[in-house]
Order: sequence, then structure tokens, then C-alpha cells
Amino acid sequence: MSNSSTTTTRPKVTIDGNEAAAYVAHQSNEVIAIYPITPSSNMGEWADQWSAEQKTNIWGTVPTVIEMQSEGGAAGACHGALQAGSLCTTFTASQGLLLMIPNMYKIAGELTSTVFHIAARALAAQALSIFGDHSDVMSARSTGFGMLSSNSVQEVMDMALIAQAATLESRLPFMHFFDGFRTSHEVAKVEQLSADDIRAMIDEKLVFAHRKRALSPDNPFIRGTAQNPDVYFQAREACNPFYIAAPTIVQNAMDQFAAIAGRQYHLFDYFGAPDAERLIIMMGSGAEVAHETVEALLATGEKIGLLKVRLYRPFSIEHFVAAIPLSVKSIAVLDRTKEPGATGEPLYVDVLTALAEMGIAKKVIGGRYGLSSKEFTPAMVKGVYDELLKPNPKNHFTIGIKDDVTHTSLDFDPEFSTEAPGTVRALFYGLGADGTVGANKNSIKIIGEETENYAQGYFVYDSKKSGSITTSHLRFGPKPIRSSYLISKANFIACHQFSFLERIDMLKSAEPGATFLLNSPYDATEVWNHLPRLVQEQIISRKVKFYVINGDEVAKATGMGGRINTIMQTCFFAISGVLPREEAIAAIKYAIKKTYGKRGDTVVQKNYAAVDAALNHLQEVQVPDKVTALFDLRPPVPAQAPSFVRDVLAHIIAGNGDNLPVSAMPIDGTFPSGTAQWEKRNIALEIPVWDEALCIQCGKCVLVCPHAVIRAKVYDDSYLGNAPATFKASPARWKDMKDRKYTLQVAPEDCTGCQLCVEVCPAKSKSEVKHRAINMMAQPPLRESEAANWDYFLSIPETDRKALSPTQVKDIQLLRPLFEFSGACSGCGETPYIKLVTQLFGDRVMIANATGCTSIYGGNLPTTPYCINEEGRGPSWSNSLFEDNAEFGLGQRLAVDKQNEYARELVWRLGFQIGEELAQAIINADQKTEQGIFAQRERVAQLKAKLAGVDTAEARDLVSVADSLVKKSVWIIGGDGWAYDIGYGGLDHVLASGRNVNVLVLDTEVYSNTGGQASKSTPRGAVAKFAAGGKPAGKKDLALMAISYGSVYVAKIAMGSSDMHTVKAITEAEAYDGPSLIIAYSHCIAHGYDLAHGLDQQKAAVNSGYWPLFRYNPDLAPQGKNPFQLDSRPASIGLKDYIYNETRYTMLAKSNPERAQELFKLAQDDVTSKWKLYEHMSHQNGVAEEVKK
Amino acid sequence: MIDLTKTIDLSTTYLGLKLKNPLVASSSPMCREVGNVRRLEDAGASAVVLHSLFEEQIDIDSDELDRFMTESSDTSAESTSHFPDLLFKVMGPDAYLKHIAKCKAAVQIPIIASLNGTTTGGWLEYAKLMQQAGADALELNIYNIPVNPDISGAEVEQGYIDLVQAVKKEVTIPVSIKLGPYFSSMANMAKRLDGAGADGLVLFNRFYQPDYDLEALEVVPNLILSNSHELLLRLHWIAVIYGSVKADLALTGGVHSATDVIKAMMAGARVAMMTSALLKRGITFLDTIATELLVWMGEHEYDSIRQMQGSMSRNAVPQPAAFERANYMKVLSSYAMR
Repeated sequence: MSNSSTTTTRPKVTIDGNEAAAYVAHQSNEVIAIYPITPSSNMGEWADQWSAEQKTNIWGTVPTVIEMQSEGGAAGACHGALQAGSLCTTFTASQGLLLMIPNMYKIAGELTSTVFHIAARALAAQALSIFGDHSDVMSARSTGFGMLSSNSVQEVMDMALIAQAATLESRLPFMHFFDGFRTSHEVAKVEQLSADDIRAMIDEKLVFAHRKRALSPDNPFIRGTAQNPDVYFQAREACNPFYIAAPTIVQNAMDQFAAIAGRQYHLFDYFGAPDAERLIIMMGSGAEVAHETVEALLATGEKIGLLKVRLYRPFSIEHFVAAIPLSVKSIAVLDRTKEPGATGEPLYVDVLTALAEMGIAKKVIGGRYGLSSKEFTPAMVKGVYDELLKPNPKNHFTIGIKDDVTHTSLDFDPEFSTEAPGTVRALFYGLGADGTVGANKNSIKIIGEETENYAQGYFVYDSKKSGSITTSHLRFGPKPIRSSYLISKANFIACHQFSFLERIDMLKSAEPGATFLLNSPYDATEVWNHLPRLVQEQIISRKVKFYVINGDEVAKATGMGGRINTIMQTCFFAISGVLPREEAIAAIKYAIKKTYGKRGDTVVQKNYAAVDAALNHLQEVQVPDKVTALFDLRPPVPAQAPSFVRDVLAHIIAGNGDNLPVSAMPIDGTFPSGTAQWEKRNIALEIPVWDEALCIQCGKCVLVCPHAVIRAKVYDDSYLGNAPATFKASPARWKDMKDRKYTLQVAPEDCTGCQLCVEVCPAKSKSEVKHRAINMMAQPPLRESEAANWDYFLSIPETDRKALSPTQVKDIQLLRPLFEFSGACSGCGETPYIKLVTQLFGDRVMIANATGCTSIYGGNLPTTPYCINEEGRGPSWSNSLFEDNAEFGLGQRLAVDKQNEYARELVWRLGFQIGEELAQAIINADQKTEQGIFAQRERVAQLKAKLAGVDTAEARDLVSVADSLVKKSVWIIGGDGWAYDIGYGGLDHVLASGRNVNVLVLDTEVYSNTGGQASKSTPRGAVAKFAAGGKPAGKKDLALMAISYGSVYVAKIAMGSSDMHTVKAITEAEAYDGPSLIIAYSHCIAHGYDLAHGLDQQKAAVNSGYWPLFRYNPDLAPQGKNPFQLDSRPASIGLKDYIYNETRYTMLAKSNPERAQELFKLAQDDVTSKWKLYEHMSHQNGVAEEVKK
Repeated sequence: MIDLTKTIDLSTTYLGLKLKNPLVASSSPMCREVGNVRRLEDAGASAVVLHSLFEEQIDIDSDELDRFMTESSDTSAESTSHFPDLLFKVMGPDAYLKHIAKCKAAVQIPIIASLNGTTTGGWLEYAKLMQQAGADALELNIYNIPVNPDISGAEVEQGYIDLVQAVKKEVTIPVSIKLGPYFSSMANMAKRLDGAGADGLVLFNRFYQPDYDLEALEVVPNLILSNSHELLLRLHWIAVIYGSVKADLALTGGVHSATDVIKAMMAGARVAMMTSALLKRGITFLDTIATELLVWMGEHEYDSIRQMQGSMSRNAVPQPAAFERANYMKVLSSYAMR
């Protein structure tokens, strides 16, 4: 986007809401403090990118963009910058906004001009949700910030500017908010304001006045005093005139804007019949849906209207009342938030108050809709209007869900539709990372910018990071598109992955005569018999025009690898007729050049070749008139799944979660463990296959498998009697278990095909070294037989833990993981560590999990990976917040310790009833080893049995806390964004507490979950979001900081370099009776290379000296030994041999080699000097060594 | 004391370039840094062949960048991408071209660009760009390992000829071609390349030969610096080819001392190229070689390098058979007699 347009005809651009807000913010500010949080991260990313590209604001200078350690930090930095006279802004959402609230009170209390742009999002309550509603902004409504709502992408651009103008004049700070995802991520064709437009709206005198109010030693004064009961109250009232004046100032700004840009807004915009009797009042993207519905219903003569609230704070009662037609009899106020226990949601209460104050009596009902981006459709709007027709409409209703518990929900006719007939509505089903979404964004740009059509794109993802399904909803048409809801009646549907056909009922949205494009390995003559029954039925009954292309083959032939995006996009244009074919092809090629040009000419040429080849391979299928399929869609979960999984989770898996009633939901966010095992996703094209003859049974593949899909067992050979014919076994290679059998089994339907297991396998064939003890083979032919083998494998009892040594990788493979089949990325570098923790301590582990990747693959519905062993034990897991995880874990430790202390007291007190011997044994139990823990569990069982017969308060009390007598292992898990940045203060405190907690930092060196923003862990020279020009500063040495306490066990590990070291460190950390910190190198998709080589990269990181392995064990000091043990060798390869295998480094080296070279030299120096320091530390003698000398 | 630099003429010509001595730095990663190029000039190099621009590497880099940026996109609603947009276009050949210009600005000696292409389009386009960037000459580094059993030796050879002809049409600066020794008829190949317009033949490329790691059972890249033994193969063929082609001959591989340079000259080379010796002993070793060269020539009463060039080529020695089969027989018999 250009930044200094001076044209009077404004360009039409197809952008999303975030880009629109960021555009105005970057143009009209000098300092921008940012921090990533979904769905607002992109605003910060744009600002950072533009400043890195040296794009200037309207004053011709490049805004300073700084990433902070948290939203609290961003708000603090904003406050400071504003007080020092800069125009400053920030972007945030949800929990981030909550963290800003303290500063927002200050900023408003000091009448400071600023605009915070908010992609409004749900708050974490019974569960976290990244999706949109107004819970966050409503929680900040009392701060004194003005609140201006945008309902569409165009409005985001417009209101961002209106807010900026109004804040300078009114001195009120503003929250400019729009719906997270629905508006922040919707791509739409909008008119872009020019720099002149922005200049025209920003009064330079007001900017000077803002600067003049700033703190300065040249004009000293004090602001931010402490006030006492005598004057605080009066001083708080002193700002009143500004709040009284603000609405008029905002309206004036809206009028001025209308004069400049031609779009007129009002504080409250009414749309509907002049003599409307029924009125809906609301704000946000839902208001556009209501607008579209009102438009349709007005045509049928309905007397209805809609009031869009734009300026919510300060709430101008006069303007509000004036905007409502006198004819209105009944009003429904819709809130996109929930305030449990309140008299009503905020907008509803405000409306009631306003009417009451003005002495206006109307029937008013309030209701909730759209929480967490819940669909809000014209059918629901009509449902609300219909309710208002009733003599006693339901108050405090909900719309869009079925509430069968407290019966708040309104009924509506889901078939009601207002879709314009002239609009093309296209649905695309793709695989995350296959480029479908990117290609569709391009298509929207092409249509939006090359034709007169309006265009809209919205993208839906499932919750998995591997093999996730993306659904792109694209609308194009001659009329403006207000339909901010998903497409349910499509005239074009494309399926980019053939395997989806048996998982998703995608043609349910097909209109009669719709076109269906399928990426198929079968050509037009063969494909029919490979379609499930339902699909065949739908194609025939709806007279669907059906096309196929072998996109994967074309991609391969044109050097595109697995990227089918361009091919499928070309086919869409070729058959949808949105543009004449030749014109479309030219436009696609132009878009390719624009999108991929920076990546190199060869990329552009390959894409061109793919476009041309696509057209030659597109085939129309002659649809038979009979259904011939012998199979149908697969059920979402197997029949033997538990009832909750069948009755609730299965619907979510099948994409029908919207239909679940309130009664189906747990009341307090509690869900059963271990449900991922029922969601068979079959996403691997190839799976590992065991060659039992070659295998040396080392267990490395089991250890590294990110999804716990490779398992081993040693068992009595009697179990082989009933085994399926293809079930494999070989004699166990254990000294003590020689007479038993060993099986390495893969879960074919859960494997993601990452290949880490194959890459790590050390056993190679003597006659052909490429053949190993496990090898990748096509999944489909193996699926049924291996699934049966897997089921049989599960039925074999687990190998007895007591016979195994938990410090040996070979033995660990036989310990059952209690973390399986997570939705983590294929080849994830984090999950193997978590899995290992559950193998070692899973039956007694309590996990406090910071928000991030670990919490998403650990706890995002529909199914979750932490599971339960045969005794019914397993990890407890919870996620509190992003910033407080260390404290959250510490709290769990304190509770467990306190209960243990109390239980021990009770055991003493009840010694007589329990029996002295048992009581003594319980109190004095040595639980350092697993055997000790098992023995204590037996004692506690005996204790409970004995207490069962004792009917005293103390005995009952002891029973309720008796389990705390058995050792619990508290693990605090999170990523580097948490540990290095937002949670560092808490982490530091917890490490200093001396309490026995184990902190596992899965260090990917970026905020992986929000899309790769730099953290303080990001290494020097690596490119990341918020560090687009390569991170200039070196990585923070968190380990060294923790070591400085002397009382914290600290280890730096990398499984790919030494699995033994990893096991040792994790075991020692757990055994250490105090705080432990383990920093685990975690390769990540954000590093940019084929993760099949993740372990090799870990090795390279260690061998280059970049990631030294070490352990600092305070227990060694009292033994007179040096607590610091450096466990890896000096660098044997250069840093460049490690880093230049990764895109995060090469993208700088290839695009800006000089800068890369400069940073590389500094980075190499970092490595060298850090190594020297560690080496020096490792050579320090402990007391014992000194004495020996 | 006599100043030998005044009495002995070390100058030579190569690819039409007048060089102050026959010591040329051959193409190597050392030449990636302008500072090194400057140091080479200071140490006495008369020309520098820059490291090769690898067309294939440029394509692979772009392709991988595209692949990993695409494959890490749209993995979830929260992470619709994992990398920022590139601030600048991936430089492709631009970085190399800029480097040529920088080297030209930094030193007085000729800069010879080196190109390793994979497609005809790439060879021609990049050759042209290198000329535009200011290269004084172009060395085509044909690193072609013909592993396809369906392609005959004749086809491989014709590919070389076609390439030289095509590149010569595109550029006006002199073009040399760096070859490996594995031709059925080296002398014929040299003649045909000469006929195709090559201004120089650089003999011979050293092909990196991967090794085996017997513990990991892996094929591992193997880089061994050259030594003087490798000189002999080059001397042999330069001596044979000298006189039968118009193109200038350059000897590369195995030059580690002043005597190696002298041998190269006597066989018929216009220049002797060095990398391994400089990597082992430092760039300033060039200065030592130049001094030793002068001393040797002084002691042996040579006036100029030109005087000795080709003086021991196949046609200049009393027994040309020494370069033929007879020589082989003699060596074997002398060996047996020991």
C-alpha cells in the first residue's frame, strides 16, 4: 500500500480490516508500541513492516515501531510517549486489552489524545477463544476512553481517521474497535483514503497543542500526583466538560469526513422504514447483517428499522433519542458480550437508561448474539424482529444457539436467506499451508481490482496445526456486500484435497446447478466410483456441474512441489466465468508477479507454467444418472467411543458444533481427558513401516515422534496367538526380557507423516543403506490392516514399568505416553519433550500451561491429547493465561504442599486409628524413586480403607486430602514468548521462591502460535515478524539469569543432539527439590525448512556452539562439586553451517546480504564469547575439587 | 644488489588482458569478499577470477524460500503466516553483479567473473549481465557430471560447444571455459572449443568427490585442498594442447610454488591459477611466490615469462613421445627395475 498518495481519485484496494486500521494508524502517528495477540497481531505486523520499508507518515517521517514484552508494556510505552508529546498508538484485543486497562485509566484521566485500535475478541472465561465479540471492549468501557465502533472494512479505515481527528480535538483517548476475525480478517474491496485526506482531517494546531501539553524540562510541571480524600473526588469530576463536548466533536469530525470522502456517518445511524415500529439497536459487523436483512424485509413492507451505534462512549443520550423514529413501539438491543449476573448486557442497560432519562416509554428487550464469532445471519435477525411482534417478547434472550437449560434462546427459521441472486458465492476447501487461502486472497484482489465487482473473502480454519482444513468463503457481485456471515448456499464449490470428501459434507451448501471443482488423482472417466455415496447423490440431485483436475500431478510436473494453489485458482477462473478466460489468466499472472516477484524470478516462472498447465489438465466429468458408490462418508468417531465423545465431540468434529444445545456443554469448562484418540484424521499420505529384521530396538523413533503414534511394547509371546495376520513382532532385545516379544507399532490414522522417526533411525540395511528399520510407505493401502494391528497392539498389556529404567532411552520407549495425537504441526519440535515428561511422570504430573501453541494443541476443542493410564491416572492440565503461567503453576504447588502438610498432620493425629506402623511409613516414605511412589500409593490405599470405618470429622478430612500424601510433580510449560517476555517477571519470582516446580520452556525463538513474531529469545540476525529486517539484538540468556540465583536447577537441552542428555536433565530437574528451569530447543515451522530434518538442525545448533548443552545442579554444590556441567563440545562447525539451512536466516542473506553479513558476524561473536563464558564456568572447581588440589 | 623486477619481465597476456605476472587467483569462495580481492591485488595477483555464480543455487534458493514461506502460511486462524513479507527482492544474480562492480572499483587488476549455469537461458542472460556489471572477462565453469546413462559422450561434448558459441554471441568480453579432464579426446575437445570461439581454456576443474562416513553410513561432502601432485595431469595436457589452439591456456589445480608456476609456463600456460596454496598459507604467499619466481629466473638467466611459455610443450621437447604412450611404458619399466 502506498503511503503518500496525493490523488484525488482514491484507489480501490482489497484489504482486510486490520490492514485498513493499521494504514491510517501508521500514517497518523509517530510512535507505535506493539505486542502480538490474535486477531490484532496483523496490525502490528503491518506497522512494523511499513516502518522497516521506510514508509513515512503524513508528516514525511517514518514512525518508530517498538515491540514490547506484553500489552501492559505496550500501554505503558504509549502512555510515556504520549506524555512526552508524541502521537502514539497501539493495537490489541481480548486479554491484551485487559492488560492495558490500568494505563487506560491513567491516559484518560490525564485527557490524553490517542487511539487504540481493537480487533474485538472474546475473553477467556470457561475457555479461551480467539474469536470475535465485544467482551473485551465492554470490559474497558469504564476507563474513560471514547469508544467508536466500525462495522465493516471500509468503516474501519474511515473510523480510524475520524477517531484520530476526534481524539485530538476532544482530548479524550479513543478505543476504535471492530469485530475480531469477521472484520479484522475479512478481505474486502474498499476505497483507500489518501495522505491528503488524512492531512485534511488532522488539525496541525491540535497536534501542536498535544505536544505543548507534554512533559518537558523546558516547561516543567508535574502530572500524576497522589490525591487524598479531600480533593480526589472533585478532581475526578473536573474532566466532565470534555466528556460533554466529545459527542459533538465526533459528529463534527464525521461531517468533515463526509465532506472530504463522501461517506456520511452519525453517532447513531438509523436505517429502515421512516414509520418503523420494531427496532434493533446494535453495533459491530452484525449490524451489517441486520442492514442487509432490513433491506430485504422492507421490500416486503415490514415496518422495521435498525439503529447502528457508532459512538458508544461517551454515550450521547440526546443524539441517541433523536435518531429513533417516534413510531417505534418495541426495541431489541443486541449485545455481543455476556455479563453474568448483571441486570442486562451493557448496551441494553444504556438504552434503557437513556430512554428512561428522556422519559420515553417503549418496550425494550435485550439479548445476546454472536459470542466468539458465533454465526449471526439474516435468519437470526429476522428471528429477533419476529420476536418483537409478540405481545410478550422474551427478554434477556439469546439468538443463534439453542438454550435448552434456561430457555433463553429465540427460535428462527434457518432457511431464511437474503443472499443476492447476482452474487457469486464460492466455497473452497483446502489444507492449511497448501496455499488455497493465499490464492483466494489473490483472486479477491484480482476481481476487486480488475473488475467493477465488489468482493469479499473470509477464511475459516479448524483448530489443528497439522492437516487443518481451511474453508474460504468468497463473494463477488455488482452490489456492495454487507453479508458478514458464512456462505451456506454456494454456486461454486472447490475441494482442493481429495481425502476431504470422505470427511466433510461439503456439497450440503451447493445450490442447484452449482459448479464443483475437485482436485482428484482420478481423471474424469474414473473419478465417479471413488466418490462417497452422499457426494454422488448430491451431484445428481442438485444437477451439479462437475470438473476434475489432477492438481498434484500438474504441480509436480511444473516444479511447484506440493503447492497446488495457482493451479486450482486458474481452474476456478476458467470455469466460474467471473472474468473472460484470457483476461483472467493475464490477471492471475500479474498477481503472481506481484505476490511472488520478491521471492525470485524462478518462482514467478514456475507459477506461470502452472497456470498454463492447469488449463490443459482441467476436465469436465460426464455425471452418470445413478449412484454407484459402495462406501460413504466416514463417521466422525468410531462407534465404541465413550458417550460424551459420540454425543458431543463427534458433532464438533463433523463441523456441526453450532447445532449443539447448551445442555450438551460442561457448565464450568471441564472436559474429559484423552479424547484425541477418537478423532481419526488420516492426514498422512505416507506412514512409517517397521522392518523388524533390521530394528535394533533402540527406541529413538518412539522418543522423537511428535504425535506419539509410534509405540513399542515388550510382552509375552502368548499374545501373538490372536494377533492379526500382518501384526509384526520380533524377539525382545533386553537382557532381562529375552524370552519375550517386541513390537513397534504405528497408529496409521493418527500419524501426520512427518518422517522424524525415519530420519532418526540409526539402523540401516547392510545391502542398501537407504532402507532403514522404519521406512515411509503410502498410507491408503496400509490403513485398514495397520489400524487393526494398532487396535490389537493397544489390547496387549503395557510393559511393567517396574522392570524398566526410566533413565534409558531404550527403556523409555516402553513407557506409555500420556500425551497423544495432538493437533500440533507435523514434525513439531515441542511435543516430544512434553510427551517424554508424561512418559516419565505422567501419572503424577500437574501441568500449568501458558497460552500459546502448547495450550492450543494441548487444549483446543474438539479433542485433546492428555490422556489417562490403565490405573485411571494421568496429567491434570489447565491453562490460566499467557502472562501468569509460572504463578499459576506455583499456586498448584502451594496447594498440593499445603494439603500434603495438613494430611501429614492428620496422619499424626489419627495415628492410633490408622496404626502406628502405617502412619510412620506414610510420614517417612521415601518417594525419590518410582518404586517409592508406588509403595506410598499402596499405603494411601490402605489408609483410606482403614479410615472408611472411622466416622469422625478428622478421618473424613484426611480421606479428602489423603491423595496429596503421594508425590505430585508440578510442571509449568510454555513457550519463549511467555518465559522470556510476557511471563518473565512472574517466572523470575517463581524461580526465586524455592518451591519445587519444574519449568519447561519450549523455545522456538519466536511467538509461534500467533505467527512468528520476535521474542527476546529470537537470535540475532534471524528474520521474524516485528523484526522484518533481521533481529538486531542478541538472544537473552534466560538460563544464565536463572543460574545467578544459585538455587535453581537449570538445563539447556536439545533432543536431536543428545536424547540421553535430555532424559538426564528432565529426570534431574524433576528430582531436584526446588525450582527447575529447562530450556528445550524446539524446531518449528517458523524456522522455515523441512521439519523432517529438525533433529539434524538441533544437532547442528549444538555442534556450531550456538546451543550449548549444560546442566546447573545446585545439589552438587553441597557435595563440593561444581554445579555447572557443560555437556556439549566446542564448536565443530561454523554458525553459518547451522543457520543458513533455515529460511528465517536465508531470507535476509538473500535479500539484504550486507545486513545479513553484518548481523552474522555479531552473531558468530555472540556464540564465541558465550562459549568462553560457559567454558570458564565449567572449569570452576567446587569446594571438594579445591580441597583435592 | 640487482633489482630483479627491473631486469626480468614477468608480464603475460591472458584473454587479451595484459597482466603484470602470470599469478592469477582462481575462482574460490575467498573472492566473495572485496577485502580479500584487494588483498590479493596487494599480494601480487595479476587478475582475480571471482567465485562462481551458480544459476542452480539461485533457483533452489528462490524455490525453497517460496516453499517454506508458503508451507508455513495459513496453518491456523492465528498464524496465517510465519514470516514477514520480504523487505527487499531476493537478489538472485544481483548480489553477484554488485560484487563485480565493487571489486572493479576496489582494484586495478582485471576481474574475471565466473559463471556456472544450468539452463541455456541462464547462461546467456547471466553472461550478459556480468559483462554489463563490468567484468573484464568471463570464465564459464561447466561443472557437468553426466550421470544419465542415456546421454552419450558426443552429446555432452556438443553441449559444451553449443554453449560456448551461444555465450560468445551474447558478449563482447573474452570468454574462457573451465573444463574437467574427463573427455575421451581431450586434445580434440580443446580444438573444438577453440573453434567455437573460446578465448581461453582453463585446465582443469577439480571435481569434489564425496566420501563415505562408515559409522553413519552416509555420503558426506568432502573438500580436500589440492597439492602439487595434481599439477602433473594439468602440465601434461597443457603441453599436449599448446600450439594446437589459438585460445590461451590457463593452468589451475596443484600450483603451490614458484617452480609449479614455472612448469606451468613451460608447458604452455599463459597464467597459473591458485587457491589451495593461498588458503593453506595465506594470501601473502603470493608475494613469496612472485619473489621466488624472480629469483629462479634470475638464477637461471631467464629474461621474461614469455620466453619460457611453451618451451617444454609437446612440440618443443626433443621427445614428444614423453607425453604419449611411450612415456607410460618407460615409467612402468623404470619402476619395475627399482
